[in-house]
Parts: sequence; C-alpha cells; structure tokens
Amino acid sequence: MSEYLSVLIFIFAGIGIVLLTFWLSYLIRPSHPYPEKDINYECAELPIGTSWIRFNNHFYIFALIFVIFDVEAVFLFPWAVAFGQLGLYALVEVVVFILILFFGLFYAWKKGVLKWV
Amino acid sequence: MNVTPFVLLELQPVFIWLYQLLEKIGLSGSWLTVASYTGLSLFLFGLLSVVALFLVWWERKISGHIQQRYGPMRNGWHGWYQTIMDGMKLLLKEDIKVVTRDKPVFFWAPIIAFVAAFVAYVVIPFGKGLIVADLNIGILYILAVTTFTVISLFMAGWGSHNKYALLGGMRSAAQVVSYEVPMVVSILTVIVFTGSLSMVDIVNSQSGIFFNWFIFRLPFGPIAFLTYITAATAEANRTPFDIPEAEQELVAGYNVEYSGMKFAMFFLAEFINMFTVAAIATTLFLGGWHGAILPSWLWFLIKTLSIVLLLMLFRWTYPRLRVDQLMEFAWKFLVPLTFANLILASWMKYARWYW
Repeated sequence: MSEYLSVLIFIFAGIGIVLLTFWLSYLIRPSHPYPEKDINYECAELPIGTSWIRFNNHFYIFALIFVIFDVEAVFLFPWAVAFGQLGLYALVEVVVFILILFFGLFYAWKKGVLKWV
Repeated sequence: MNVTPFVLLELQPVFIWLYQLLEKIGLSGSWLTVASYTGLSLFLFGLLSVVALFLVWWERKISGHIQQRYGPMRNGWHGWYQTIMDGMKLLLKEDIKVVTRDKPVFFWAPIIAFVAAFVAYVVIPFGKGLIVADLNIGILYILAVTTFTVISLFMAGWGSHNKYALLGGMRSAAQVVSYEVPMVVSILTVIVFTGSLSMVDIVNSQSGIFFNWFIFRLPFGPIAFLTYITAATAEANRTPFDIPEAEQELVAGYNVEYSGMKFAMFFLAEFINMFTVAAIATTLFLGGWHGAILPSWLWFLIKTLSIVLLLMLFRWTYPRLRVDQLMEFAWKFLVPLTFANLILASWMKYARWYW
C-alpha cells in the first residue's frame, strides 16, 4: 500500500507548492484596489444584471449522455484487463453490451439530441 | 552486453544512490518512504516547471516561424529566457479580485487545476525504472485525476462571476466530457492487449523491435493512436478544439478574471497537461522508453516532445472548429469509430491475429 502513499504526498505537495507561490507573490506584488477596478469585466461597460446567467439546456443533455458512456467505460476496464483469459463468450457479451448502448445513442441521434442549436 | 558510452547516462542509479544516502542519514521505515516521495514530488515540480517554460518558449518560436516572423528574440539567444521573465512578471502582478466573486471557488480553482495536472506524474514512466510509484491501476489513475481539470475549469468559470468566464467554463466542461469517451475507449484498445493497467507493464509489452509498438500493430493500432491524439488535443483544450478559450468570441474563456500567479497556475497546468497527454501517447503507442543506443529517459523525452510538436503544429495550422461541429464530431464520428475499433481489436486478440 505504500505506493498509494505517494499519491497522497503528491496531492499535499502540489497544494503546498501552489499556496507557497501565492504567498510569495502576495509578499512582493503591489495592491491598489479601487471599486472600478474590482467590478467584473464586460467589455469595459458596467455589468448588466447577475453574471450567473441561464445557459443552454444542451450542456445538461450532453452531460447525461456522457454519464452513460462513462459508466460503460467503468465496466469495460475490468473486462479489458481480464479479456486475455475469458475467451469468445466475453467478446460476444461485450459486443451485445456496446450494441445496446449504441441503440441508445442512435435513438438520441434520431431525436436530434446531438444537434447543437 | 551492449557497452555503449550512453548506457552510463541512465538516471536510475542516481536515484538509488540518493535513496541510500537518505538511509545512511538514519531515516528508517515509513519516514524514509515519506521523505523520498516528498523529495521526488519537489524534483518533479522543478522538472515540470522547466518543461512548461521550455514548451511556452517553443510554442512561441513555432508560431512565429509558421507566421513568417521570429518570435521572441530579445532576451538571450533567440529569446531563451523570455518565458522566465514572463513568469517573473506574473509573480509581480497585482492580484485583481472581483468583489462579486464566489470566494472559495475562485481561490481553489487554480490550485485544483495545477494539482490535477501534477498528480498524474506519479505513474508516468520517464525511463527504465524512473517512475515514482508503479501503481497497478496506472492508466485508470491518470484518467481519474486528470478529469479533475474539468472541475477546476468549471469552478473558475463559475467563481469569476463573469458571463464570458461562465460560458467558457460550460463549454470546456461539455467539450472535455465529450472527448473523454473516445479517449478512454482508444486507451482500452491497448489495455485489451496488455491485460494490465500498470504503465510499466504496458511499456514492457512493447519491448523488442519497434514493430512491437502499438502504433505499428495493424490495423487497429494507428486508428487508436489517431483517435487518441484527436481526443487528447480536445482534452488539453488546444486548437482546433479550443472553443472554451476562443479569444475572439469569449475574450479568454474561463480565466478572464484571473491575474498574477492565479493565472500563471492555469497556464502552467495547461502546458503540463499537454506534456501529460503526449507522455501517455508515448507510453501507450510509441513504446515508452524503449529504443536503441540512447539512454531510456532520452528516448522518452524525444518521443514525447515529438508528440508535443505535433500538437503545436495542429494548433498553428488548423482553424478553430465551431461548437456544433465540435460536439457532432465527437459523438457522431469519434465515438462509433473508437468502439468499432475496440471490437475489432478484441476480436484480433481472441483470434490471435497479432504479434
């Protein structure tokens, strides 16, 4: 398990290094904030309304399709590792599995989900 | 034994010597492990900073020469320390904080971006024996941690409280998520043959002559390589897939409101990501560190930098895709192609039509 300790140490070292550079920059950089400087950028005009605006519904639909395919990838990883010992039965099963998913993708395609408007 | 002067340049003995030096000092057991991993993380940070500085300079030179100009010329020979000066400038820049920002999200986004890019280097095999930890889930681990980049980009877009940044963040989330699928499946094509997720095992299964590299295993190898490179270009948010930071329409995308060191972290993470996808392509398809005469780490560097050069040439020769073309290319072309390729490859593995 000591190999996985390296991951933990790398995460903490990464965060530490970034915080250290932030702190170093904090020590030496100038700081002259004033209200006009600190409003958000909108082509040098005063921002209109909130910036957390409504966005296109399509992002959500693509996220949904992605989740389906990503779960499939989770199933495919152990299959791919063990495939050498499994033989024809596993191959047929995975083909059926992929075909079922592609039926769904094809359905979404025909419904016009994949078309960006 | 092939005794060539270059073999002396192998780096593995240096690290073994350093480890023994730590042992001699009196560290023992778990402290020794912690100390060596911490040292390695600091060493890798230094290495990656140098690599990123070099890549920025290289990219500017390549873009310059493609556009029939010189690129940076003033600071040193052909501007070799231009990017170091740029880094100093970013360090000295005022950190402008939008008052309406989402404070914790805005602050943590660059940190997550950097850490997600940095942590992947635990399992990148730089050469023979030059790997921090040979995790048995290697490539799956890389996919898992590099996906956090999406979260950081989206956090940056949301936390900035800026319409351009939000749009850039949304777009990059949609894009990276869409190209994740073909990328994973083209990696799976290789995994079917190696039967192991460990990076060292993957490299070792391509040993011998260079026809053993996965890119030369016809017909699925080149297809998987091309789909991987295409998807990886999109994953690294580079042109022709740089819709999230399209300068002409979104000013700069998710990092509009970032300045100073926070912006530098996004920039660093982007170039580290580019090196990561090139390193994965090298490991999976180009035989990793294997090669004749030259030391293994040099082979790794040569192959990885060639892939990086390819990505840079993509950037400066192709126009940017529209957002609808981008999504349709991923879902209507790349996903079916990679899955068909996966089935073809697994059939060949089953029928033993390979070498």
